[in-house]
Amino acid sequence: MAQLGAKQKRERIIDENLKRVYDEAIEEGVPDRFRLLLEALKQEEQSKASPK
Amino acid sequence: MSDPDPRQELVEHLPAMRAFAISLTRNPAVADDMVQDTVEKAWTSFDKFETGSNMRAWLFTILRNTYYSSRRKTKREVADIDGAHTEGLAEKPAHDGRLQMTDFRAAFSQLNDEQREALLLVGASGFSYEEAAEMCGVPVGTMKSRTGRGRQKLAELMQLDEEDALEMTDDATLSVLTATKATTF
Repeated sequence: MAQLGAKQKRERIIDENLKRVYDEAIEEGVPDRFRLLLEALKQEEQSKASPK
Repeated sequence: MSDPDPRQELVEHLPAMRAFAISLTRNPAVADDMVQDTVEKAWTSFDKFETGSNMRAWLFTILRNTYYSSRRKTKREVADIDGAHTEGLAEKPAHDGRLQMTDFRAAFSQLNDEQREALLLVGASGFSYEEAAEMCGVPVGTMKSRTGRGRQKLAELMQLDEEDALEMTDDATLSVLTATKATTF
């Protein structure tokens, strides 16, 4: 059982590092190109829905 | 009366999608292109999204499919990055168990795509094994063995064997663990 403890400890260390790398990428934020992309997609759709 | 467009929610998932893509490809430029492809695909196929189901899982599924279909194209680029990241892998973890970020990244880049993906979905993003298995189209057991093998490989690469885990264990449990170790080896 104690050996399982050591294994779990190891897994926890790995998962903590994994989350840190992942969270760091999340905190980087999103480049402006994605805001522009979503705006372009919305506009494209609106112009399709109501052709002038 | 109209339901809010589920696509409004898309923007909330962008940071996680990027983090997943960057961690999977280890190349921000490739990752951003992948996320862009995914957003465009999702936007035009939102009629296939089941309202009330997990949007992040749905988006991640499209994202990973995008990754696997473009993998051939980007393979060379990714391989170069692997080479650059492999250096400096030999350092042991700091005594408090917080590994140098670069060491962890280097180790993580040594895993195969399936293991990296499994650990990102289950270990980092917090999906259940069942959700991750469904997203990857594999049985739950396969997902579990991928994460298991991925963790095992990481532990080996980071030289994080059980002795290290023991070293990092707090005093209260240390004596118990040491006793077990003596009988095991």
